[in-house]
Amino acid sequence: MPLLDIEDLHVQVEDQVILGGVHLTVAPGEVHAVMGPNGSGKSTLANVVAGRPGYEVLRGTVRLAGEDITQASPEERALLGLFLAFQYPIEIPGVSNMEFLKAAIDSHALARGEGAPSAAAFIRRARATAERLGLDAGFLKRGVNEGFSGGEKKRNEILQMLLLEPRIAILDETDSGLDVDAMQVVAAGVNDFRDTGNAVVLVTHYQRLLDYIVPDHVHVLAGGNIIRSGDRTLAELLDRDGYSWIEDAC
Amino acid sequence: MSDTSERTDDAIDTLVSSEYAAGFVTDIETETFPPGLDESVVRAISAKKEEPAWMTEWRLEAYRGWRAMTPPRWAHVHFPEIDFESISYFAAPRGDKPASLDEVDPELLRTYDRLGIPLHEQAMLAGVEGAGRTPVAVDAVFDSVSIATTFKEQLKDAGVVFCSMAEAVREHPELVQRYLGTVVPRSDNFYAALNSAVFSDGSFVYVPKGTRCPMELSTYFRINAENTGQFERTLIIADEGASVSYLEGCTAPMRDENQLHAAVVELVALGDADIKYSTVQNWYPGDDEGRGGIYNFVTKRGACLGARSKISWTQVETGSAITWKYPSVVLRGEGSVGEFYSVALTNNLQQADTGTKMIHMAPNTKSTIISKGISAGRSQNTYRGLVRTAPNAHGARNYTQCDSLLIGDQCGAHTFPYIESRQPSAVVEHEATTSKVSDDQLFLCRQRGIDAEKAVAMIVGGFCKDVFRELPMEFAVEAGKLLEVSLEGAVG
Repeated sequence: MPLLDIEDLHVQVEDQVILGGVHLTVAPGEVHAVMGPNGSGKSTLANVVAGRPGYEVLRGTVRLAGEDITQASPEERALLGLFLAFQYPIEIPGVSNMEFLKAAIDSHALARGEGAPSAAAFIRRARATAERLGLDAGFLKRGVNEGFSGGEKKRNEILQMLLLEPRIAILDETDSGLDVDAMQVVAAGVNDFRDTGNAVVLVTHYQRLLDYIVPDHVHVLAGGNIIRSGDRTLAELLDRDGYSWIEDAC
Repeated sequence: MSDTSERTDDAIDTLVSSEYAAGFVTDIETETFPPGLDESVVRAISAKKEEPAWMTEWRLEAYRGWRAMTPPRWAHVHFPEIDFESISYFAAPRGDKPASLDEVDPELLRTYDRLGIPLHEQAMLAGVEGAGRTPVAVDAVFDSVSIATTFKEQLKDAGVVFCSMAEAVREHPELVQRYLGTVVPRSDNFYAALNSAVFSDGSFVYVPKGTRCPMELSTYFRINAENTGQFERTLIIADEGASVSYLEGCTAPMRDENQLHAAVVELVALGDADIKYSTVQNWYPGDDEGRGGIYNFVTKRGACLGARSKISWTQVETGSAITWKYPSVVLRGEGSVGEFYSVALTNNLQQADTGTKMIHMAPNTKSTIISKGISAGRSQNTYRGLVRTAPNAHGARNYTQCDSLLIGDQCGAHTFPYIESRQPSAVVEHEATTSKVSDDQLFLCRQRGIDAEKAVAMIVGGFCKDVFRELPMEFAVEAGKLLEVSLEGAVG
């Protein structure tokens, strides 16, 4: 059974149709890259799958491990194992990263019918995971994304992913604004995360992240539809020729 | 079509139907004066409290002054004219004042139990080992009278006087006569004058020279009777080098009529003394259509009389239909310090006009104002603050930070900072921000599995952090929970 199954998804935002019948099937253990020019609907796809308010699904279904989540609330989707790494992680002033992560982890544990982990166990795990991403211990005490650099914000997203252990992680432009060093750290985090039971969807404009996280499938989204799918060589083609050929193909 | 955005609204709507947990009525036989106010009522209140003649005269003079005054109209709040002749000015559980807790009507004890207020010293002390809680001495005021004050003996051993105002008038007349009305004069304002005429119970604290009060002191005010005003009076005196931390809490039943609460609190800090006064104000706020609720018109002021003395106000204001209060500090002692930390939350149709005055009247005085206003629903939330430096206040410093948080788009936040500086070397800083709980913040939380209700509470808690950390530990937790309840239904 696919982990994520998007079928004939039509979406509009403020009376404008952004997605016009997207199909995408992601099996356990796979990494998919969704690429496309600016304004092609990549971020809409990521957000609508996560249930962000403001997007109207006109038609189609989204299934997570067989369960229809098209109408589910964002928190229901999250608790079923769907994770979205944000393109622009927002600040929550005064709420420490630690408090935020603990609240997220506790509600996941609760949803699984488990008790919340002890504070000590949680802190040990959070510190160790942060360290793997090159984030020092003080990082966890700071306000969520408050005064973080661009790289810190993105690493913080990966930290959350590693701690929450979702079944499917959608990374929305996680490579944007990262230097090569930061990108390698992020990619290492994602590669650590991958196993045969979960899956990753990388939404990206550029091919360069795919040098570090090798996708099994590459899809080109343009004009609200996936117009071409292939293996990683498709990404290399895009890198070489840019997106102009797509406009011709549309 | 997708209904995820409606779901956000739903999640928020279900929060609206929150219960005001303290809204029950205690069924107890009450002696209530007939409505209306004249000199005979003032005399009758004084007689009820077995007051000496000087106290009766003091009240009468205040009453005569009040008759000539008019209610203030400058606050950014709106309400129908109050008919002061329709209010009853005294209500008390029937019977003699109990000599000890054992004699207190069990119905009253159950009331405080339900409110989570510890009146049993034994249970409190037993809890010390169990949960590591420090005992808190409590004065419980029910309508117009104090029904019990705990830990009085232990405090007495330390030389600390902690009793009801009525008792202080009888037992410590020299202290009351010396300080009552010195910080908030009877003629200060309309509501202070009214309070001075008819004040019922409240707490009296005296901490002698060089004494650190051995435990937290607190007073819980409960309005129960119908159509009755509550006019408590609190006086706290910290003698030279003394220190004390005091907390007040207040609740009232849910009723459709508005009820008036006009308190006066006076703090006096002598040289090197330190008073920390915290309030968790949870008077009934009215229902979501704005019916009922308490009019909370309160005058609170502290005087730092001695050098290097310090007075710190911390308030968490979540209740009341209308709040009108400005806990202030008059800095008369050289190098004295005034602080004001405030969280004021308004939801539904609540209105708050609150802030502080820091009056610098001596060299090197320092004041800090941190105000966090949270507006939700259709409420109006105003910060009003005055910082004044007198000509002799060389080297005075003030820092003011005034932040507003809006939830939804039908509420209002207003800031009226007044600065009057007559001393060129004084440094007065003012920072203000206004922000909204954004959909993006909510979505981030929900995407991580945190439901909308919890998310809003967490975001607001983060916004208030600078103030909460000024509260005594266990009250900070209580304040956080209170905020969560008060916010229910806040985002739309």
